[in-house]
Amino acid sequence: METVAEITPPRTHYLNATYGVKSWLLTTDHKRIALLYLASVTFFFFLGGLFAAGIRIELLTPQGDFVQAETYNRMFTMHGVVMIFLFLIPAIPAVLGNFLVPLMIGARDLAFPRINLLSWYIYTVGALFAVLAILFGGVDTGWTFYTPYSSTYSNGNVILTGLGVFVVGFSSILTGLNFIVTIHTMRAPGLTWFRLPLFIWAHYATSLIMILGTPVIAVTILLLALERLAHVGIFDPALGGDPVLFQHLFWFYSHPAVYIMVLPAMGVISELIANMSRKRIFGYKFVAFASLAIAAFGFLVWGHHMFVSTQSVYAGMVFSFLSYAVAIPSAVKVFNWTATLYKGSISYDTPMLYAFGFIGFFIIGGMTGLFLAALGVDVHVHDTYFVVAHFHYIMVGGTIMGYLGGLHYWWPKITGRLYSEAWARFAALVIFVGFNLTFFPQFLLGYMGMPRRYYAYPPEFQVLNVMSSAGASILGVGYLIPVIYLIWSMRYGPHAPANPWGAAGLEWRTSSPPPTLNFEQVPVVTWEAYEFGDPSENAESRMENRG
Amino acid sequence: MAESHITTHAGLAHHFDDIEQQREAGTLGMWAFLVTEVMFFGGLFLAYILYRSKYPVEFAVASNSLNVTMGFINTLVLICSSLTMALAVYCSQIGKRRPLIVFLLLTMALGTTFLVIKGVEYHEKFVEHHIPVRFPTYEFKWEGHATEGVPVHGESSASVDSGRIEMFFFIYFAMTGVHALHMIIGLGILTTLVLMARRGRFTPEYHSPVELSGLYWHFVDIVWIFLFPLLYLVGAHLH
Amino acid sequence: MQVSMPFSPDQASSYSGQVDSLFAFLCVLTILFGTVITLLIIYFAIKYRRRHKDEIPGQVEGSMKLEVLWSVIPFLIAMGIFVWGANIYYTMYHAPSEALDIYVVAKQWMWKFQHLDGQREINELHVPLGRKVKITMTTEDVIHSFYVPAFRIKLDVVPGKYSTVWFEATKPGRYHLFCAEYCGTGHSRMIGWVEVMEASEYQAWLAGGAAEGSLASSGEKLFQQFACITCHRSDGQGRGPVLQGLFGKEVPLQNGGKVIADESYIRESILSPRAKVVAGFQPIMPTFQGQVSEEQLLQIVAYIKSIGAKAPGEAGVSNPNAPAPAMKPPSQ
Repeated sequence: METVAEITPPRTHYLNATYGVKSWLLTTDHKRIALLYLASVTFFFFLGGLFAAGIRIELLTPQGDFVQAETYNRMFTMHGVVMIFLFLIPAIPAVLGNFLVPLMIGARDLAFPRINLLSWYIYTVGALFAVLAILFGGVDTGWTFYTPYSSTYSNGNVILTGLGVFVVGFSSILTGLNFIVTIHTMRAPGLTWFRLPLFIWAHYATSLIMILGTPVIAVTILLLALERLAHVGIFDPALGGDPVLFQHLFWFYSHPAVYIMVLPAMGVISELIANMSRKRIFGYKFVAFASLAIAAFGFLVWGHHMFVSTQSVYAGMVFSFLSYAVAIPSAVKVFNWTATLYKGSISYDTPMLYAFGFIGFFIIGGMTGLFLAALGVDVHVHDTYFVVAHFHYIMVGGTIMGYLGGLHYWWPKITGRLYSEAWARFAALVIFVGFNLTFFPQFLLGYMGMPRRYYAYPPEFQVLNVMSSAGASILGVGYLIPVIYLIWSMRYGPHAPANPWGAAGLEWRTSSPPPTLNFEQVPVVTWEAYEFGDPSENAESRMENRG
Repeated sequence: MAESHITTHAGLAHHFDDIEQQREAGTLGMWAFLVTEVMFFGGLFLAYILYRSKYPVEFAVASNSLNVTMGFINTLVLICSSLTMALAVYCSQIGKRRPLIVFLLLTMALGTTFLVIKGVEYHEKFVEHHIPVRFPTYEFKWEGHATEGVPVHGESSASVDSGRIEMFFFIYFAMTGVHALHMIIGLGILTTLVLMARRGRFTPEYHSPVELSGLYWHFVDIVWIFLFPLLYLVGAHLH
Repeated sequence: MQVSMPFSPDQASSYSGQVDSLFAFLCVLTILFGTVITLLIIYFAIKYRRRHKDEIPGQVEGSMKLEVLWSVIPFLIAMGIFVWGANIYYTMYHAPSEALDIYVVAKQWMWKFQHLDGQREINELHVPLGRKVKITMTTEDVIHSFYVPAFRIKLDVVPGKYSTVWFEATKPGRYHLFCAEYCGTGHSRMIGWVEVMEASEYQAWLAGGAAEGSLASSGEKLFQQFACITCHRSDGQGRGPVLQGLFGKEVPLQNGGKVIADESYIRESILSPRAKVVAGFQPIMPTFQGQVSEEQLLQIVAYIKSIGAKAPGEAGVSNPNAPAPAMKPPSQ
């Protein structure tokens, strides 16, 4: 990070334009709503982390001795529900996306500012249901809510938790809808589709999944709740229902939901790689279309969660084939990111460290996805710790690395302050080490045959479990350090210049923090995405050369 | 907040450049929302298709116990309400305030009629014990079938599996219930529009709330156009 | 190619080597791919590190050739893996006809096994070495999953239907049996052992148990107890179809369709008799839902299977000491 001697911040900006609790709770400013979301998802991240800590402590020893089996089952369920629905799905879109989509496209706000605020309230209400469910004792079905366990046998708060997921879903739909309309109708003059930053492309693809997939989980949970309430229903084999139908409906959303979590992170990484190496993304259009391809193919591969669920062998083969198809655009992205670095001007500042980490984790997470899509291997590792390790590499190693990288990269823009680079690099290193130590042993555990969701396990699995728990404690510390120095920077950090990284992108062409309406005047874009230096000058010189 | 921005129209929000951009955003937003609605109902339709193809006989028999006349009247009522809604949109476009309010109120009246008829149907089903629940005080029952659990030989060939009949009613109530909920929300929207229209908020330049609510209302009608034959008429060939 | 990974569980079935080979191949691929990308990133990061803060490097546009190259090559590799994996999968779920049948009923939280000769076991399964074994499973309550890591097999057990998987044990020993689908409080206690025995030991073990007679003879008793026999008469004069010689055959249905009379069809016909009525018969059979347990159902299935090999008219139970081979449908 470049140190600039003395920066005078703008006199009024979105943070000090108005004061008081009301000015925040009733704000329609996308930047303030992003901060409301930031506070909420951070809370739920650490709540989910607490459950994870409970899980890792229990698994230190083979016999169940820390908590009861029932409690353990509730812990891993609440860990999954909180992390997925209340943290991972909203994290990047609702915090970074909310803050940046209008800034990056040169708009004053999202198309529907009040709906944006409404989405935060809906999220809060849904989250409250989930918290109530936790307070009443939680739920023990696993975050997948498989029937008939969830509909008939479980004695946890299935309906209350389901209601929470159902409600939170609508906040996600509204966010997606807002992004789609904003990106379509509110781009600054001259900002054509292929001049958009890849962050915007990724969020566009994500939004498509949000509006197409989320309603399906909503109706699925509605049916589940009705079935549980009325003791009758359509997933109950005793009445001619099919419990596997639930799995189809559930994964029809929940597989694309994986891309809701990881596509925005890929968008962040594209920004970080390009801007921190000051290079236009290699194969811009391929990376942009890869996002859309992932979103589209993502809807066709849900059956790979059900290779051993007694679906037809031929269905299994089709889903396996399609799963390989979806792997290609992901691989293309990795290759293009790597090629972007070639002949760049690569900075080692914190955001770039997260980007490097992301690529490394994503390679392992993505490649183990190929293991799981290979039918013969999946049969063995399905529902074992191999799967657990795989999706944590994608979700934690991918999404959270992307989220933290993005948060560090745009922090000066969001708060107008610089954080301590030394601490930030240290934390990134701790997270990198802790993460690998936590989750890599789980691949081995899975191949050795340890099933997931086991409260007690045969003693031969202990060594690797202890390693994993040790790693988790390091990882936990790694996540706490940024909280401290970021909060510290908000008050004591030096003021940030408008463009501390020398980055391209409209968001760096306004003050840090930006004014309430984002730009002093509506920018007119005459340059391509990722043109470094002074693109307006570049554009002029290009015109001269041509003319 | 928007001190630097000069608003050219009372209905223009601060963050749009002009009313055209705002209208475009609103329309796209409503269409995107309707796409999510299609996906929402899509899950229910999928369940319907799956179980109907699995249990065609039970679905036909159960369907015949529905009141086709009432369903048909309701279809007519909704089609009429779509007409009055379309006329309301037209009036808002040409800036006629009184007819706009009249047509909005007419649409609301028809919508309410639909819900009342639906309520009568639901009550009928309740009395017949066709609501698929199992509570100590109230249980689903299907006449014309041997009492549960006791095998009776030589029963008429028309007798069917009561569990699957129950499945039909579960889907029936889920689908029509969600549809009715959309109608109720629609009535709420129309009420707001009437209040706004009375305050003279709509002009030929600014009437997208009426137009967009119209889109929503037509969508809800179209869903019913699918529901009516799928739920009420699948057993017609058995008569 | 048979490969063993240092951390792989015992290789005790005919699949183990195949699965481990594919797994090893994927590991090599991952390491190769990961190393190349990582080294490239490190090399670029050092070589092209930022020298001074206002540096603007020259720009390189994308390359169509490279994009095509790195889309097509991974795709071809992926297709290879797909075919390899699908091949193993297909074999696992297509049981050979000569396999030894073992029936499983899962419930919260135990595995109940029934052998053809009538032996019953809980959380403990004895199987012979070097013989193909077909497992037919169902559950009394929620979904479970039958998982033997040493065999590399796993299959969900879903209420309301039968699921089948087969294996051939290749190494004597005692191996873990896990429930792999979360099934409630005692999920992690729903574990057991699979004991692979030499053929001779297995015979000795078989001879030791079986107090209640063979599975099929238990089924035959139930067949009389539930009065099935009044309609399903072997002489063809009953109100229901003749069941002798039925198993594995194609049955014409009232609605014009056809169905293979396998375990699932027999189960469905007992619980939902009107679902698929045989052509030429009235749908008069009552349901036995709620009256017959899953274990009894399996016994009846075993009985019907045992008379399946015989022509109509010679009703009887097969020799309990030689488990009845399942009859394949005659090719038409």
